[in-house]
Amino acid sequence: MNRYIKIDKNSMFKTFVLMSMVFILGSCSEDETQQVTNFTELVMADEFDVNGAPNPLIWDYNIGTGDNGWGNNELQYYTNRSENVTVQNGILIITAKEEQFNGASYTSARLLTKGKLEQTYGRFEARIRLPYGKGLWPAFWLLGDDSKGTEVWPQIGEIDIMEYVGDKPTSVFGTVHGPGYSGGESIGKSYELVNDRFDTGFHVFGIEWGPNYINYYVDDVLYNQITPEDVPGEWVFNRGPFYIILNLAVGGALPGEPNEETKFPQTMLVDYVRVYKNSNN
Amino acid sequence: MKILKNKNLKYLLLLGVVFTLSCERNFSDNIEFAKYPATGEIFVDGFVGGLDYFPFGDSFAEAFSVDENEAYLGTASMRFDIPAFGVGYGGATFPSTAPRDLSSFDALTFWAKASQGADINEIGFGINGDNNNKFRVTRRNLPLSTVWTKYVIPIPDPSKLSQEKGMFWYAEGAESADDEGGYTFWIDELKFEKLGTVAQPQPAIVNGVDQISQIIVNGTFLIPGLTQTFNLSTGKNVTVSAAPSYFEFSSTDIEVARVSELGVISVVDDGTAKITAILGGVKAKGSVEVTASRVSPAPTPTRDASNVISLFSNAYTNIAGVLIDANYGGQTTKSSELNIAGDHMISYTALNYVGFEFQNPTVDASDYNFLHVDVLTNSSTSANFNIEIRDRGTNGMLNTNTNTGAPSEDDKRLVFSVASNSITQGEWMSFDIPLTGDLASQKGNLAALIFSGDIDFLLDNVYFYK
Repeated sequence: MNRYIKIDKNSMFKTFVLMSMVFILGSCSEDETQQVTNFTELVMADEFDVNGAPNPLIWDYNIGTGDNGWGNNELQYYTNRSENVTVQNGILIITAKEEQFNGASYTSARLLTKGKLEQTYGRFEARIRLPYGKGLWPAFWLLGDDSKGTEVWPQIGEIDIMEYVGDKPTSVFGTVHGPGYSGGESIGKSYELVNDRFDTGFHVFGIEWGPNYINYYVDDVLYNQITPEDVPGEWVFNRGPFYIILNLAVGGALPGEPNEETKFPQTMLVDYVRVYKNSNN
Repeated sequence: MKILKNKNLKYLLLLGVVFTLSCERNFSDNIEFAKYPATGEIFVDGFVGGLDYFPFGDSFAEAFSVDENEAYLGTASMRFDIPAFGVGYGGATFPSTAPRDLSSFDALTFWAKASQGADINEIGFGINGDNNNKFRVTRRNLPLSTVWTKYVIPIPDPSKLSQEKGMFWYAEGAESADDEGGYTFWIDELKFEKLGTVAQPQPAIVNGVDQISQIIVNGTFLIPGLTQTFNLSTGKNVTVSAAPSYFEFSSTDIEVARVSELGVISVVDDGTAKITAILGGVKAKGSVEVTASRVSPAPTPTRDASNVISLFSNAYTNIAGVLIDANYGGQTTKSSELNIAGDHMISYTALNYVGFEFQNPTVDASDYNFLHVDVLTNSSTSANFNIEIRDRGTNGMLNTNTNTGAPSEDDKRLVFSVASNSITQGEWMSFDIPLTGDLASQKGNLAALIFSGDIDFLLDNVYFYK
């Protein structure tokens, strides 16, 4: 009963710490011991300027329910129908719908650049407005190439640039999965907005990924750095390449099932996806 | 209180600037007139910025005090002592002595705890004598625990509150012997805030239902179930009742039905019209489809008043204490009393059953022989329409078998059935029902009529006669 409203007493403190971090990292960028790189050379930018299906030169789709709901007991059937994925007025719109479809109760979409755009290291960022409601689970993430099926997850590595659950509208999290630190043991951190939320406006989610580090940022706030010292297993991010996935899942172990307050349809709006590399590489 | 002083000083300075400018040149198109202070704080360690305290008329007047031994922050909190069941309730409004501009905030927030788990019946803001509570907001059954917790009551549309006095109000009491009473709750850091996380508005009228209402021309109808729902930073929705003036209503045909800003539909001519609403630019879920028709008055009774005990009629003096809708559990029936050019009648819609009670006092019809009722329906039905007349006996209460609906203990009844194929649509049907059967020997404590069936109907001229 008393859980109606929880106020994070630490949020101001957290902000302060974050700001200190930014300051420290920023001010130390010339320090040789810091691994901070500026990735400035644009490799790919999809600004979603053409109405209709997303650019087939960049994007492919996962269709169906995968194995066991894409390994997470997710409830949706992924399609590439325009009802679930389309570009309109400069925005990629991924829509989760509540409907009976091939045995599933929801439909949505999952786009990936496998075989079309894969890269080791770089700055990957997207500007996204997220959906809301219990059971919604959007993500912007990278998965390591499986070398034609010769390697399997988590050995291939996974970099979750942004994940979010719709019943925590002020919070996102960035995570890495690898051998010995996957699923519930993955390594990451969440980032919380103060006096704002992720479903009412666009925010930039990104990483800067180089040899032995991944820096996570939201908008202009760098909120985490993950290095080999942070993971309890093999660092699988100095090999590549990795490809991009954008998806909007419904249900599954992480977000739980939608409840009576969850409104459908829900949309994940993507203003752009940009990939840079280090101009010195 | 330092903060407050600074703020007041700021307003003085602002006002000074406006004044100075206005001396030097005429108003431009962009002139911003002096606004009311945008003070959000209501109670921090004491009242902020001039506040009154008005206990509700029949409430326990000593319920409220300032407690200097309990506080979430600072040195004091607002303390509310809720009396035990039967002693009364705690209820009051705390209006600002001068209007404030609350349009930059998105919620009323506070920290609260109670001496035991409890639900506050009603709590909110917008009780304002200046504008007849035009922007009242109510959050119902707010759950409190024994731990200080922050609560949020969202503002349905902040832009409406540019000059509001109704800062805070509450009403809480034990509604039954089982409900909590005889306890204390505390509120601290009571203020309007801009949280920035009050989002995803889902306004509704008629509780989000598309309702069809048959309304008589010249009749009126208050739109029920006006709410605003927001999703908060917790990821959970909070719904508040919002006064009609937060909404903009519209009618598809104003020659048939119009809606006032107080949410009252007035039917001006026959036809159909759909009533919808917008709150803060968002279309409200739910609607009222009005089917309006003209109705002729029921036949005027001609029996001599000295031979009549009247329950509901314009032709006679009615007994006191008639309840047109006893609101039985499980009923779908909606009731309203209509006044059509001075002629009163009762509208029952969505009938399954409804109780028309007269227990205070009961009617001694020992010397009377008939019940008269006039009924008008436009519904077609395949079900019988039943009028049950109930005598409650001498034990002082109605006794009903809740499984069968039949009388139990010392109650007696007569059920008068109108077969579905005998129901005439569109004209008044007059029934004169003899007080026979079980009532022949027991009609000294007649206490209720119970109508059942599945029609919408109008009722008039309900009286016993001999």
